[in-house]
Amino acid sequence: MTARFLRGTAAATLAGATALTAAACTNPGSPAGASGGPRDSAVVGIAYEPETLSPLLGYGKDGNSKIFDGLLAFDADMKLKPALATGLPQIADGGLTYTYTLRDGVTFSDGAPFTADDVVFTYRTILDPKTNNASRTELDALKSVEAVGDDTVVFHLKYAYAPFAERTVHAIAPEHVAARQDVNTGAFTSKPIGTGPYILTGWSKGEKLSFKANPSYWNGAPAVKRFTMAIIKDDDVRATRLRAGDLDGAVLPPNLAAGFKGDTTKKTWTATTYDYRTVTLPTHHRVTGDTAVRRALDIAVDRQTMVDKILEGAGKPAYGPVPTDSPWFAKGTERRHDLAGAQKILDEAGWKPGPDGVRVKNGVRASFPLWYLSGDKLRQDHALAYVSDAKKAGIDITAQGGTWEVIEPRMKTDAVLAGGGAPGDPDFDQYLLLKSSLAGDGFNNMAWYDNKTVDRALDEGRRTDDLPKRRAAYDTVQRELVKNPGYTFLTHIDHLYVVDDAWDGPSTQTEPHDHGLASGPWWNVESWKPKGATETAGATKK
Amino acid sequence: MKRRLPWGPMARMTGRRALAAVPVLLAVTFAVFAVAEASPFDPVKAYAGTAGLTASQENLDQLRANLGVDRPLVTRWWEWLTSALTGDLGDSAVLRRPVAEVIGERLGWSVLLAVTAFLVAIALGTLLGVLAGRRRGGLVDRAVSSVAYTLEAAPAFWLGLLAIWFFALKLGALPAGGLTDTASDTVTADQVARHLVLPALVLGVSQLPWFFLYVRQGVGDALDEDPVRGARARGLRERTVLTGHALRSGMLPMLTLIGSRVPELITGALLVETVFSWPGIAAATVQAATSVDFPLLAALTVLATAAVLLGNLLSDLLYGLADPRVGFDG
Repeated sequence: MTARFLRGTAAATLAGATALTAAACTNPGSPAGASGGPRDSAVVGIAYEPETLSPLLGYGKDGNSKIFDGLLAFDADMKLKPALATGLPQIADGGLTYTYTLRDGVTFSDGAPFTADDVVFTYRTILDPKTNNASRTELDALKSVEAVGDDTVVFHLKYAYAPFAERTVHAIAPEHVAARQDVNTGAFTSKPIGTGPYILTGWSKGEKLSFKANPSYWNGAPAVKRFTMAIIKDDDVRATRLRAGDLDGAVLPPNLAAGFKGDTTKKTWTATTYDYRTVTLPTHHRVTGDTAVRRALDIAVDRQTMVDKILEGAGKPAYGPVPTDSPWFAKGTERRHDLAGAQKILDEAGWKPGPDGVRVKNGVRASFPLWYLSGDKLRQDHALAYVSDAKKAGIDITAQGGTWEVIEPRMKTDAVLAGGGAPGDPDFDQYLLLKSSLAGDGFNNMAWYDNKTVDRALDEGRRTDDLPKRRAAYDTVQRELVKNPGYTFLTHIDHLYVVDDAWDGPSTQTEPHDHGLASGPWWNVESWKPKGATETAGATKK
Repeated sequence: MKRRLPWGPMARMTGRRALAAVPVLLAVTFAVFAVAEASPFDPVKAYAGTAGLTASQENLDQLRANLGVDRPLVTRWWEWLTSALTGDLGDSAVLRRPVAEVIGERLGWSVLLAVTAFLVAIALGTLLGVLAGRRRGGLVDRAVSSVAYTLEAAPAFWLGLLAIWFFALKLGALPAGGLTDTASDTVTADQVARHLVLPALVLGVSQLPWFFLYVRQGVGDALDEDPVRGARARGLRERTVLTGHALRSGMLPMLTLIGSRVPELITGALLVETVFSWPGIAAATVQAATSVDFPLLAALTVLATAAVLLGNLLSDLLYGLADPRVGFDG
């Protein structure tokens, strides 16, 4: 009886499994088995999920939200172009007043017209201290905003702030919906209504965001009718689901993206970025606060090897927050890997090798701790490479992993392997990173960097709209960073994406550190067109 | 069971337990607030997310005041408690929505998963336990027992990863995660059923060893007892002996087990949900814990505590019914 029973069970299990397999193969919802004709849906895998979808709480602050539009938007080269405004703003009063004229005939996805009141409501709500918006600091220059008639909005600034127009890519919320509920917890935060090319149809937290094309989008209805962003935190799972045909595109680390090189149905996109990895060298530490040590570390570190080995070539050496291929980069500030030079600097400054090879000066051992975010493989690899390079110059660094809760209280004296980067304007990164008055202000100026020349140049850079003057100011900052580096910048990291080669239109923008929903070749999914008739349902993938 | 159910004693026991639950729940919620307060996680940082990395201290301080997390522990607990009693569970900071909405949306999926897994564990555990218990030391017994001991030591999330690797990646037979297919934004019964198979099996299998081992022991012992030997001697059929005598007394310890497995089932479900991105309350619980989201955390803890208390009550009721000598509390 036992044997008979077991045989029966096995057969039943097998039958069940077969049925399930069959069901999996004929699942009508799967994109791989889409019906004939050009493809009109796309599913992409991303690693991060937004905390909220309300512009009032900070969503879409850097523009390029699929659900909302800003007054302005960035094109592929990160140049400003009009969106909900008809043109770039008119700037008056020495940079204190910005006037925008609004586009006519734009409606929110619920049919209500977009007006100047929506713009005023959005910015006023963000400035309201009762609104739990963690990015409010970015609009620090803004004093007030007012509507003049239905189609003109005027912004008044507290001080002249050159990159203010770049901040007005901020997503605009509908007053008639958002004003009627709790701004911090209302339904609008997860069921947004905007003017953008896509309408959110579902958000299953931790799983996916689903969109459908907005048929009445002011800039023309998108050809990709359904768009899904699957949130898959694990790199390997994302790669596997891409290979299995469950995803049409995904962001991948270099080693996994390399696995798709031979696949002719997919294309790998490399987005250049402002995403840097750097080591903070706190001014308040006896070793890292010494300019000689900072300068020595700056040339003792082998950046090219980090790019080749850690990033597998997908990145560039970094010498400051500005990437070397940016128009704002100060040519000639590149540093060569020069171990002998580093040792010479330390020798001359009085850091003499001790009995164990570690240098000592006035009884102070050249050693300090370096923290990295535990679980972040990339940061760990950078930290360990830095430790090994420093050791050759006689500096003893102890790399330690920890969470931000552990790291943050120690940032004043301990070094941290940090990351950041925001394209758009040189002010965005450099002011927060280097301004002495922001030392220890949250995560701003983590190294407590204090340099009067840099402070002055940072102020000049943001107060004037004159391009040559601004360029000179940021050149000064970068040259000062050579003389007194408060950070050792290591690499700028490329972001890699693998996408089905089934559309015309994908491209990449220069990306920030935080590559969330807006980044990737799908930054402009609304203007993708399916590739000609050759793309058919027969293209099954395995 | 043909005799009348002892409604009176059962109701009295339920009442006594309900009264006893009140101080337990109070203590548990207070403990949650106290533990969360002592944790190194900062609710403001968690709320701000990546934006917090560039926010000014002034901005963060304002957030702290807005979220009300700068007030003393006892005040926050008392406010939460009093408004919870009036039906207002507060707003979840990290999910930016009312707690009641968050739980209402997700609880059903968690219950579906847990109940399916429980049924799998009980059914399979009983079946295998009887098979193994009939002939202890036999081939079936040795094979299943060693697997059961291995499973007992295997964490549920590890089993989950193994199942994904084998069924989803190697065989491609079942979806690796989610409630429905990635491309679909409507929830249909057949899709949910297909996506339920792996997580429910993994969770069920991870609970299976305890049921199996209890039944195996119970049946085995019962088969050695005098009544069974007597029944055999009277020439009753093996099947009758097994189901009528051995199984009945062998099942008794199982009833207690059902109740006491509830906490294990809840923690197991949390891990399994996370592995399979099942949109139950697990993700919310993990987020609530790591971001010190007091209202959500407290509500979820009350829910879990209540489930455990109910589980214990249920198993005691069942035991009292099955073996009248035990009675209902006393």
